[in-house]
Amino acid sequence: MTNQREIRTEMAANVWQIAVNTGQVVSRGEELMVLESMKMEIPVVAPCDGTVVSITVESGTTLAQGDLLLTLEES
Amino acid sequence: MFSRVLVANRGEIARRVIRTLRSMGITSVAVYSEADASLPFVQEADEAYLIGPASPSQSYLDTTKLLAFVADQRIDAVHPGYGFLSENFRFAQAVSDAGATWIGPAPATIEAMGDKINSKNLMAAAQVPVARGSHNPVSGFDDALALCREIGFPVMVKPSAGGGGIGMSVVRDEDQLRSVMTSAEARAERLFGSASILIEEFLPDARHIEVQILGTAQGEVLALGERDCSIQRRHQKLLEESPAPNLPAEVHSGLVEAAVRAGEAVDYRGVGTVEFLVSGDKFMFLEMNTRLQVEHPVTELVTGLDLVEAQILVAAGERLTVQVPEPSGHAIEVRVCAEDPVTFLPRPGSIERWEEPQGEGIRVDSGYASCTTVSPHYDPLLAKLCAWGETREQARARLVAAVDEFVVEGLTTNLPLFADLLRSEVFISGAHHTATLGSLAKARA
Repeated sequence: MTNQREIRTEMAANVWQIAVNTGQVVSRGEELMVLESMKMEIPVVAPCDGTVVSITVESGTTLAQGDLLLTLEES
Repeated sequence: MFSRVLVANRGEIARRVIRTLRSMGITSVAVYSEADASLPFVQEADEAYLIGPASPSQSYLDTTKLLAFVADQRIDAVHPGYGFLSENFRFAQAVSDAGATWIGPAPATIEAMGDKINSKNLMAAAQVPVARGSHNPVSGFDDALALCREIGFPVMVKPSAGGGGIGMSVVRDEDQLRSVMTSAEARAERLFGSASILIEEFLPDARHIEVQILGTAQGEVLALGERDCSIQRRHQKLLEESPAPNLPAEVHSGLVEAAVRAGEAVDYRGVGTVEFLVSGDKFMFLEMNTRLQVEHPVTELVTGLDLVEAQILVAAGERLTVQVPEPSGHAIEVRVCAEDPVTFLPRPGSIERWEEPQGEGIRVDSGYASCTTVSPHYDPLLAKLCAWGETREQARARLVAAVDEFVVEGLTTNLPLFADLLRSEVFISGAHHTATLGSLAKARA
């Protein structure tokens, strides 16, 4: 039984850096990407162990609050 | 005197500068980005021109566009506000080369104080106490470890070309140092365009106290009192007050003398701020801000001076006769920001309703209004809410009431944090220091 987790942005922001690739196995707490909002870098970390299923944004994408960043398959 | 001044900034500080320009009978010329078209400063300037898209690099930081604008619009002086280009010595020089006056210190002064290592060495030479630590850039882990063994943990690792508390790390042991040093240089390079790192002793319970200085056109440097800015998050100030509570008289006079020596050492002209860390009866130089400070209103409230007017008069070469005023009463400022009051994370968005508090001793310097948008492209400062009182307690009580009355709907702000902080025992007693806000926010979480 697998569970897909959608990772969304809490705030309007720009994507600064993406630290993972599709298919990559990540651990809980690992940095997935860094967003930039209001002159601050905001790390997005994995909420659980899992595998990156898809990445919906690229570096430089402008995001509205709640936009989908990536999908993880929980392991 | 100048006739057309470009306000090369946005939000509350652009509005603040426009207000003084109007009182002096000078035409204010604003530039704004696409994101800022509906903000009050655009309406209040005598003239306002769209300069580019929301991204700062294509608008407020686009020096090519701004310099062309200075020439095309017959601008005779440029006020940079704070942030953006205010401490960019190359831009200050280019403004002068274009035949306009830079409202700020000489480009050489900005350059000398802009680099933390260079400024520290200059200050040490001028007999201003400085932190123990590097006098040259630190390179790599071995170099860093040798220095840390000499000064002892904890230490602060900082980008030498940095500012605004960005990219700084407190390091408590060897393991942490190893991890911070693997990325510190690359990170400094990316954030500030220079990989130069410095390491200094870190005082965990220190207070951040700064002295406002004014260098006149005749070459005199005056100290206009101090501000306590110890309430911080991410090494950035959220509350400032003047005078500093519970500051021993000998520390106060030491700070004032050191600040004047600092200003004299770099031939300072205009308004500037010398920042110190204070622990017990010991103090050390932190950095100098060669511009108008965000928190200048607290000094204005206790001295009755208009610091923007002073900047403009000095830049115009007018003879200024300022008697250093005895501070009258007490003033406190809080920085109302679009951010979560517990996590301090940014919360850009739209303001549906905005109603500023009023009342005796209350001053609000704000950049927004009802039906405006707070863009993720700029810093989260919405307004500076200040209260003056005859005593600290009166100022605090007025500020508490004003915080409760401030209406911001549709947007998350840090007002609830101030409502708690201003009522806390630690703040009321004046025993707060640079770690206080972090502890308070943790307790709220």
